[in-house]
Amino acid sequence: MRTRTPALLLSLVATLALAGCGGSDASSGGGGSDQETGTLTVLAAASLTETFTTLAKDFEDRHPGVQVKLAFDSSATLAEQVTQGAPADVLATADERTMQTVVDAHGTAGDARLFATNHLQMVVPRDNPAGLKKFSDLERPGVKYVVCVDSAPCGKLAATVLEATGITAKPVSEEVDVKAVLGKVELGEADAGLVYATDAVAGGDKVRPIDIPTSNENLNSYPIAALADARKPALARDWVALVTGPTGRRVLADAGFGKP
Amino acid sequence: MTARGPALGRAPARLLVPACVGVAFLGLPLLALLARTPWSDFLTRLTEPAILDALRLSMVTSLAAVAVVTAVGIPLAWALARVEFPGRTVVRAFVIVPLVLPPVVGGVALLSAFGRRGLLGAPLYDAFGVSLPFTTPAVVVAHAFVSLPFFVLSVEGALRATDREYDVVAATLGASRWTTFRRVSLPLAGPGLLAGLVLAWARALGEFGATITFAGNYPGTTRTMPNAIYVELQNDQQAALVLSVILMLVSVAVLALLRERWFDQAVHGPVRA
Repeated sequence: MRTRTPALLLSLVATLALAGCGGSDASSGGGGSDQETGTLTVLAAASLTETFTTLAKDFEDRHPGVQVKLAFDSSATLAEQVTQGAPADVLATADERTMQTVVDAHGTAGDARLFATNHLQMVVPRDNPAGLKKFSDLERPGVKYVVCVDSAPCGKLAATVLEATGITAKPVSEEVDVKAVLGKVELGEADAGLVYATDAVAGGDKVRPIDIPTSNENLNSYPIAALADARKPALARDWVALVTGPTGRRVLADAGFGKP
Repeated sequence: MTARGPALGRAPARLLVPACVGVAFLGLPLLALLARTPWSDFLTRLTEPAILDALRLSMVTSLAAVAVVTAVGIPLAWALARVEFPGRTVVRAFVIVPLVLPPVVGGVALLSAFGRRGLLGAPLYDAFGVSLPFTTPAVVVAHAFVSLPFFVLSVEGALRATDREYDVVAATLGASRWTTFRRVSLPLAGPGLLAGLVLAWARALGEFGATITFAGNYPGTTRTMPNAIYVELQNDQQAALVLSVILMLVSVAVLALLRERWFDQAVHGPVRA
């Protein structure tokens, strides 16, 4: 069912590889502060792919015998999966609205905590085929740009930003999540895409960022929560502590996330 | 065709019980879908422009895909069934691979070939400024890519099942190979052809992964019914249920229309004269 860009496929493979390297001897035990071992399942917004993959490595180093299984998707899809009873321990979304649907369904253990903010940036392919220089160039005829579908947080934010800046040109496609948008730009199929600033960083030299006016007034806040049905509640709390603690702050800041 | 007779004895429970489990396994999700559908406002939702747009687009693109598939699929199936040529197994492998390929991978492959930076797409774009992704024709391409194998395998099977002697007799009576194909082989393969059409169309109608990867997702141009269901699943579950039921009803209606003797024959094997 899921649609993935090659970039995300690669990062998923990398994640799996990392998870595989982690706790191969599951019975070592006694290393961490709690006795839980096994697999911790973390569902996270697609925009957290790089940071959470890094943090998972760190977490596994601190918790021998623990493997972190990461699943990245649109926050809306993940929230939906959690309310439908998908087995997972932690959920991190890219906006408070999607997290709220899970809180309302009593899916979280306690309140969600905000741990980062993000803003939108426009990205163009490295060779910039349409020759876009500023955000308002989206209005030029024939420019093909893509956004997230409006049920995803990045799509909601894109709609807000487009409205705030008075851009009336329509996108050619609403992609399922922010990595799919980035993928279409990296491949050069789209002339531009609206992604999170962190994804513009993650895109490396395959894309070039262009700032969006008003984007620092329009921010998404990222909440994280341990889930009510977590099979590893103690590890879930530890993961939330890692993400909201100094290590998490540093990794997130390095990737371009703002403070909550 | 059904064997009736006293000699066979009772059907054994060890076969009947798993068979019933199979029926329940297939039937229950469909019934559950119907049970959860908000029937009270079904009609008002049915006439929502967004849903009508998606339905119209799905119909147009899936039928266009079937036309493409028929045009290239029949000759391809005939060549595989009737012509001895070196590398035929390789050609057949090429036909079968999209069948087992995850649709998303198919979408990535289509981008690599027909995208603006693709193997064939790039020269096309440079020469004529034509770019396929994000357009309705791209949806047809994605549909045709995933449904062609179903059609070719079905028609090839039907062509192989009909006796080659008929072709030989037609040839001895002076028919050219083209006439033989048109007047003898093709009519004999009729039921298999129809079954192939239905399979190909159903596959196209339900196609999601390759479409959203290659063609994108925008209302009116590329948001087909399955794309709309995926989007609404995150937005408005009730709308997603309505869309799902519509898609299911359309598929069942077409199956029922074609069920008549042609499709039965296709399932039970070709008619012997």
